[in-house]
Amino acid sequence: MKEHETLEQRLQEQGISRRSFLKFCAAMATMMALPPSSASAIAATLAKVKRPSVIWLSFQECTGCTESLTRSHSPTLESMIFDMVSLDYHHTLQAASGFAAEQAREDAMKEFHGQYLLLVDGSIPIKDGGVYSTIAGRTNLDMLLEAAQGAAAIVAVGSCAAFGGLPNAQPNPTGAVAVSDLIKNKPIINISGCPPIPAVITGVLAHYLTFGALPALDDQGRPKAFYGETIHDRCYRRPFYDQGKFAKTFDDEGARNGWCLYELGCKGPTTHNACATTKWNGGTSFPIESGHGCIGCSEPKFWDAGSFYAPLPAPTADVSSAAKAAAVIGAVAAVAVGAIDRGKKTQAQQSREKLTVDDLKGE
Amino acid sequence: MSLDDISIKIATDLNSIGSIDALLNEIATRLARFVATGESAMIDLKSLPFSPAEYEALRTTLGRGEVTARLETIGDSELYETHYPGVWWVTHYNVEGDVVAELIEIAAVPAILHSQPEDVQDGLERLQQQLSKK
Ligand code: SF4
Ligand code: SF4
Repeated sequence: MKEHETLEQRLQEQGISRRSFLKFCAAMATMMALPPSSASAIAATLAKVKRPSVIWLSFQECTGCTESLTRSHSPTLESMIFDMVSLDYHHTLQAASGFAAEQAREDAMKEFHGQYLLLVDGSIPIKDGGVYSTIAGRTNLDMLLEAAQGAAAIVAVGSCAAFGGLPNAQPNPTGAVAVSDLIKNKPIINISGCPPIPAVITGVLAHYLTFGALPALDDQGRPKAFYGETIHDRCYRRPFYDQGKFAKTFDDEGARNGWCLYELGCKGPTTHNACATTKWNGGTSFPIESGHGCIGCSEPKFWDAGSFYAPLPAPTADVSSAAKAAAVIGAVAAVAVGAIDRGKKTQAQQSREKLTVDDLKGE
Repeated sequence: MSLDDISIKIATDLNSIGSIDALLNEIATRLARFVATGESAMIDLKSLPFSPAEYEALRTTLGRGEVTARLETIGDSELYETHYPGVWWVTHYNVEGDVVAELIEIAAVPAILHSQPEDVQDGLERLQQQLSKK
């Protein structure tokens, strides 16, 4: 296997101009929830990094997460994400099959021991020795334990790998568990969602490449830049929630007026994800824009959290009164623009012309 | 029942959250700083939870000025100066035509329009090669 070249070399070979690369980095900055002025700092670093080896293992899953990624709307994703990393094993996407495929995985694991990034989608069934899901005659459990040993870090893609997901829902016949239930000695980043937002997957990879480290995580192991706020925090129907205007059925006057979907079971207030701003299908919209509440797919145990159509027990902490008070005293600009600053960078950082990657670390 | 029987209503009373005013204030602050110190700035529009109506309101308020530029690289990009000189609306598309980044840039010229030193160097080499063939 040849030594991985840098991204800059790779792009040069393909005749991609620096300006194109800058544009790509502007899109990456947006994706990573970093200030847009950081694009040139990102470009400077990304150009120099060696493309890391990536091994992607798919376990007990529906392939929705891979579907989500391959439909990611980043600039020429196929070339981009595969230019950024060297995907040495992904059994759905790779051309090789059978023994050759398994050989590629073993070679990569040996050659890049301690350095490769391990991506996992799907939960791992452990009941009855893990017999409920096998690849090439080996259990998922066995394969994960082996591949995790040489990984620099593990990315659990999707709610199944992150929290157990659907296979783990009651009565969990296969004893499905999350990656973090089995691996305790490696950094694990959870990109939850069923499926996760494709731009979040690429954003996290870009972050790892740019900073050489995983982004800051919340208490569920999710990157704060994307999961730091709830759907409800950024929902454009929020003014209606604050005014107490709720749709009561899917076809009443309130529904037609675009009122809040809380009483129709929206789980937005308890769900942390970037749907309300990053959106889906190339930024077209997200479920609430289509008139359906959030079902909470990026939270642990969301399948067992009761009906998708039953309202949440009680309104969560009411920040609306604070927001209203701020508006009254004319502080609205500061408040709202503070919220704008998705990456939670200071204003000074956000507006400084020349940022370096070091400025952006330390979140 | 035909499609025309389904009434479509455009939501109009969404201004209560005030995020457009907040953003315009922010733009004004950055623009004032640009005038005073020459410091440019960028604001990521994709990180803002606009309703379609708010987004349209922002576009109309800022309007379009004298200059429009287009990049044709890994999809198109459109950059135009708004009605307020020094305030640029920058939209990057990918090859499929989806918006991958959308910014307000406060500068004399958006940064990405400048020729990049690496590209200039590369172009010079190509030109010299061309000449040496003759
Ligand atoms: S409850 Fe749901 S629809 Fe209502 S404001 Fe919150 S996220 Fe939006
Ligand atoms: S809106 Fe809610 S249920 Fe839908 S994808 Fe986002 S987090 Fe999941």
